[in-house]
Amino acid sequence: MRRLFGIAVIAALAVALVFLALPVAALFVNVSPGELLNRLDDRASLDALALSLEVTAIALAIIVVVGTPVAWGLATRRFPGRSVVVTVLELPLVLPPAVAGIALLAAFGPDGLLGDALDAAGVQLVFQTAGVVIALVFVASPFYLRQAQAAFEALDPALLEASRTLGAGEGRTFARVACPVAFPSLLAGAAIAWGRALGEFGATLIFAGSLQGVTQTAPLAIFAGFATDFSGALALSVVLVAVSAAILLGIKLVARARPAL
Amino acid sequence: MRRRAFPALAATLALAGCGGSSGATPTITVSAASSLKKAFEACAATLPREDVRFSFAGSDELAAQIRQGARPDVYAAANTKLPQQLASAGLLDRPVAFAGNRLVLAVPAGSRIAALDELARPGTKVVIGEPGAPVGSYTRALLARLPAAQRKAILANVRSQEPDVLGVVGKLAHGAADAGFLYATDVVAAGSQLRGAELPARLAPHVQYGIGVVKGSKHEAQAKAFVDSLTHGTCRQAMHRAGFEPPPG
Repeated sequence: MRRLFGIAVIAALAVALVFLALPVAALFVNVSPGELLNRLDDRASLDALALSLEVTAIALAIIVVVGTPVAWGLATRRFPGRSVVVTVLELPLVLPPAVAGIALLAAFGPDGLLGDALDAAGVQLVFQTAGVVIALVFVASPFYLRQAQAAFEALDPALLEASRTLGAGEGRTFARVACPVAFPSLLAGAAIAWGRALGEFGATLIFAGSLQGVTQTAPLAIFAGFATDFSGALALSVVLVAVSAAILLGIKLVARARPAL
Repeated sequence: MRRRAFPALAATLALAGCGGSSGATPTITVSAASSLKKAFEACAATLPREDVRFSFAGSDELAAQIRQGARPDVYAAANTKLPQQLASAGLLDRPVAFAGNRLVLAVPAGSRIAALDELARPGTKVVIGEPGAPVGSYTRALLARLPAAQRKAILANVRSQEPDVLGVVGKLAHGAADAGFLYATDVVAAGSQLRGAELPARLAPHVQYGIGVVKGSKHEAQAKAFVDSLTHGTCRQAMHRAGFEPPPG
């Protein structure tokens, strides 16, 4: 019986591996190295890749800078309505991207709730690179918040207690003890949020539009190419996969090189 | 992730024809240009003998799906070029023209823009279809007939290139953009949200819709019947009501 379960686990693992890896492998099989080089010479593809790296970096910076204290607050405080707050912050996780795009238009679009206020302040988001960043932050931040909150909740209370007994205030404990100890988990959360942002498509298209060099990120360029230039779209997909895999791998190496205290 | 994968998988299997083979009325799948949505849905409601399932998207995306191995039963596009290309690739059976349409200047209902030259003003936000989508290529054909300076000024005001007409409709209806180019029927379908301004006849491109049965369709007779209903049968009325013109000739 025990042996049977072991076999079942291995079989499930094999199925999962094939199912998840096959489509990615198929991308690589279908693209010749020549096509790949060709693509890296294409202006629209390069613009899209550069824009993707730029907007995901900005979005991730915003998510980490604002999200880390938020996650700390949620992990260390109990207050009435806390679970409602947590649920609201997680809501973008379950919104279809198209719904997220429409919701952003309804909030920040010219006819949206804050449309007039933003206009008066001279802030334009729709059709602007800033609009792409807003869309990415909206869809990707819950991934970081969840992971960071779990990381802070998993900290040894004795560690934080010791910091306090030694006279450190909450800010100092957060910055000098909690963040360094939780660093590998925070990094993992940042990586997954970044991956979600890099793949973002629907909310970006609906809220920010698609224009080369301004709002057309790599996924949008791939979608545009699917109809007119399939091999080009494949090649750009391969580049995107390679870049993301390299960055994820880099983050894992950094996290391993910095063991927890 | 897994929660999302299951409906997607079911939809994929259904699209591949693994689903609706039960019962006496076969279900045919029609891949059709987004601009045909309202008219085709009205048309399907009048057909007594077949169930029709639609997949609406940009004509170019649907053609790409077919080239990549997707097999709907019918393909209907907002031009005749894409169906002809599929036919010469041996993927579509003798496509025919079945409807005409007009490109118009579309603006949000409350807008004061009424003419083409107002689109050249700095700061006017213009959205158009991407070049591969028929609506985008008609738009470029129209712009190519304008004086160079005016064309350049309008192109400089383009803020987004949308994958299909529905993208352009959405941007206009939400007030995100000031003007765009759509088919006359899209403005009709959008109801009170949009207003259309006719373009000078000498500039307006000739918009023709093509349709054909996909080679290897498992329900060829039903697929043919659907095409016939649009060229000779009951669905011509639904098309007319949606604002489409009869095919020339």
